[in-house]
Amino acid sequence: MSSAPNISLPKPTITPISQPFWDNLKQKKLSLQVCQSCDKWIFYPRHHCPYCFGTSLVWREASGKAKIKSWSVVQRAGHPAWQERTPYVVGVVALEEGPSMLTHLWVDQKDLAYQKEVEISYEEINQHVLPFFKPRSIE
Amino acid sequence: MTKRPKGAIIGVGELKPTRYSEGKTTLSLLTEAALLAIKDAGISKEDIDGLLVGPQVGETPQHVPATVSEYIGLEPTMSNTVDLGGATGAGMVWRAAAAIEAGMCETVLCVLANKNEKGEALRSPNRNPIREFDVPFGASGANTSYALLKRQHMEVYGSKQEDFAQIAYWARKNAQLNPNAIFYGKPLEVEDILNSPIISDPLHLLEIVMPVAGGAAVIVTSEEKAKKAKNKPVYLKGAGEKITHRAVSQAPAIDALPFGYCIPHALKQAEIAISDIDLLSLYDCYTSVVAVTLESTGLCKPGEFGDFVQKHSFGHDGDYPLNTHGGQLGFGQADLAGGMSHVIEAVIQLRGEAANRQIAHAKRALVTGNGATLSETTALVLGGEQ
Repeated sequence: MSSAPNISLPKPTITPISQPFWDNLKQKKLSLQVCQSCDKWIFYPRHHCPYCFGTSLVWREASGKAKIKSWSVVQRAGHPAWQERTPYVVGVVALEEGPSMLTHLWVDQKDLAYQKEVEISYEEINQHVLPFFKPRSIE
Repeated sequence: MTKRPKGAIIGVGELKPTRYSEGKTTLSLLTEAALLAIKDAGISKEDIDGLLVGPQVGETPQHVPATVSEYIGLEPTMSNTVDLGGATGAGMVWRAAAAIEAGMCETVLCVLANKNEKGEALRSPNRNPIREFDVPFGASGANTSYALLKRQHMEVYGSKQEDFAQIAYWARKNAQLNPNAIFYGKPLEVEDILNSPIISDPLHLLEIVMPVAGGAAVIVTSEEKAKKAKNKPVYLKGAGEKITHRAVSQAPAIDALPFGYCIPHALKQAEIAISDIDLLSLYDCYTSVVAVTLESTGLCKPGEFGDFVQKHSFGHDGDYPLNTHGGQLGFGQADLAGGMSHVIEAVIQLRGEAANRQIAHAKRALVTGNGATLSETTALVLGGEQ
């Protein structure tokens, strides 16, 4: 199982439940599920609401705005294909709607800061559009 | 009296970690560790009627208890796979006691081992949802997850690199008194840790456990049977467990991690306070885990481990003996067997058999286990008296 050469970046392993999330990203829309019983936003996509066990979930477009909760500048990647791109920054962001997600940060290392405001940046990798985040533009 | 699982550890077996397994299989290492524990307990294989094993991802994905039973040569009346990552070892001990109390068996072999072949990639085959929502962004593996945890701690509380380095320093220092430790004879200074390469900022190489080959087993039996045991029994006095998430992005807030539940639960079952503990045997795959574990014990407040580790000493003769075997940071991590090393050191100390690293008057130990990224947590209170 030694690392194979020319291995490609790992694609998301999409399920029928998460399919709308990835489809909407292709339209440059970040959409999350919202529970119709308790009104909470949910990430990652699920069959039910983990807060109240409601099963009536609808997809709604999110703002794409978030704040940085944590980050790491990766020097030694856990996946061989990502090693070629080191150093790079991954982070956990808290979306304005509530949920947290892991993401890739297009933020200069010197500008990384706790609670820094960021916004979505749609990045196409291996025919999939991934929600990366970049410094928030001035409105 | 508080309801709790009752049982006692009467035998332990631990293989000296080696960097690579050189021709051994996980099943053969499991057997080696099991036979050591059976011998230590002074029992025969016919006495074993319970078996707890860990998952062996990629090698024996299913039917693990049957495969291990058959290979070792056991016919248990209770068996199961315990799948709690680094909390598996501690999680096995209370499950064994619970199964004994339920009348399903009387003497349980809890065994973990792992081979480590040179050139073999250590990446585990992550499954959904972490595979779908973390890996494509460049976050594979534990190093990045624990880097994110450490960064959050530093940002929220202002903890410093020097504070985390103290934890690795003491682990390595304590390992100098354990000839079985992978880093025996290789002491480190704080500066060495701070100057080691950054793997995933802010995490240094020397804050991360070394993957090794090895194995560990303990034998848990009823309190009644333990009274007739060859060794001084080590009793399970209390246990606590909590699982909150899998992926680091879905973790609770840094002051609401699951050790905050399971450590007080274990102390409550044991009807003691943290000040009654003589040995802290705390799971330490990364320095940051010990930091937040200490903050969950009540010895220091959330965010204040830095002051605590700078003010105290953590050797066997220190004011807070911590991981006197070197911890996994000093001893090596044979995958899930690494977590069991914290149980085994507690047993050795409570028996009074720790030789040159023996804690004076050791009566009670707090043992913790941690899986994924502070996701699966278990705490045990072990005591030398019933």
